[in-house]
Amino acid sequence: MTVTIEAIVEVREIGMTYDTGVEALRDVTLTFPRGCLSTVLGPSGCGKTTLLKIIGGLIRPSTGEVRVAGRRVDGPGPERAFVFQDFALLPWANVLRNVAFGLELRGVPRDQRHTVARRSIAEVGLLGFEASYPHQLSGGMRQRVGLARALAVDAEIILMDEPFSSVDEQTRRKFQEDLLLLLRDRQKTVLFVTHSIEEAVYLSDRIVLLSPRPGSVARIIQPSIERARRSPDEIRRDKNYLDAVDEIWQILKRYVA
Amino acid sequence: MLFFGIWEGAGRWPLSPTFPPFSRTAWALGRMTADGTLARAYVSTLEPLVIGIAVSAVVGVGFGIAMGLSRAVEWLSLPLFVIAQAAPMAAIIPLITYIYGIGLTAKTLAVVVLAVPVITMNSYKGIRNTNPSLIEMCRAFLGTRRQQVLKIVLPHAGGLIFAGLRLGVAMGFIGVVIAELLITPTGIGDLITYHSSVADYPEMFAAVASIVALGALTIRGLQSVERRVFPPEIRGS
Repeated sequence: MTVTIEAIVEVREIGMTYDTGVEALRDVTLTFPRGCLSTVLGPSGCGKTTLLKIIGGLIRPSTGEVRVAGRRVDGPGPERAFVFQDFALLPWANVLRNVAFGLELRGVPRDQRHTVARRSIAEVGLLGFEASYPHQLSGGMRQRVGLARALAVDAEIILMDEPFSSVDEQTRRKFQEDLLLLLRDRQKTVLFVTHSIEEAVYLSDRIVLLSPRPGSVARIIQPSIERARRSPDEIRRDKNYLDAVDEIWQILKRYVA
Repeated sequence: MLFFGIWEGAGRWPLSPTFPPFSRTAWALGRMTADGTLARAYVSTLEPLVIGIAVSAVVGVGFGIAMGLSRAVEWLSLPLFVIAQAAPMAAIIPLITYIYGIGLTAKTLAVVVLAVPVITMNSYKGIRNTNPSLIEMCRAFLGTRRQQVLKIVLPHAGGLIFAGLRLGVAMGFIGVVIAELLITPTGIGDLITYHSSVADYPEMFAAVASIVALGALTIRGLQSVERRVFPPEIRGS
């Protein structure tokens, strides 16, 4: 039985050539279903971050268009929130202000935005760190701040650009587990860029594999892993999980020089 | 203490007939402070210095920020400031005298031409070095260009701008002393030239030592303010 879920993000024939002449993406067409966590996976330099930034409206594509909920994207919008690879936190602002920053930019009054920010801080497990500054936090905690900031603006779509790549392995696993818990009861659409096969399979139901530069869609894989009421370790031992990891590796292997 | 001891020894030895021992210099300093000579000299020295620094701060920070934010302003004025920073600006002080005479205007201008380049260049670099990822973050969360400048670029540049002001004050001290020695002897420059011409070497050295100490203390003071307001770990650049 196939269930067709409405596509919230549609990418149509996107091509991207930088001013330097580097062609990052060629003829990328795909859709992302509403309410799902999809990952974009590929070798480094395949344009996956570029693709995410085009969807986020931060980069204008050379050709093609992106539609979000049917509307053409020509810049960032309130329905999309971004989580950055390097966290992009204000070093001179404490956690509370950083988390509330998206709302601050939208002109939400201080009390109101702080109330919302405190709720997001609690959700990502950083209660008690509201007054800390980014330099006082570990890499993993900084990225939780980045995630809380994206949650605070209550966007329908969260775009995550290799959010765990500068975080050590243990922290990364814990963070992945927390992320799944956090998203389980919400109707968020998450687009997640990563170069880690395990991370992609562990987190998502839908994996878009990109080929090396110029990036184009090599394959879309939808492993059916039963996640409900199972511990992270059970998921990591699931046969479908292991098969999917292996299947992706067989494809990506060819791209690695 | 050791420094003062060596100074005392060198003066008594004597190193040179014009070099007074520390004790006599200190005595001269005490006497000049007591009879108000020093205070009067500083009033006239500090006037062009303070006005000059104030003008330089406004002009320098203003230009630096404008150059950092606008490609057109950068294209027009960056070469000028690069040259101004590299050139020995003291050499144009006689030119200033030629145009503006020997009064307060000329001395203030001497401070300004020395202080402005470093203040401008620091502010410019502070603005230009803004972390591009913070700008991108601001755009992603729907910040306007105005919010980008006010909430990201300026706070990010704050530390470097303040450091530029501190260096500008140091240059201002140099400027005002050169002006007082080169244009017309007034204030502390007058004390130095007058006492050296009548061979009152302890008084001359007292005047030199006092301006050196004042300059050094001011810069140290600014440095500690800087560390408190822009601690390196929360500073953007």
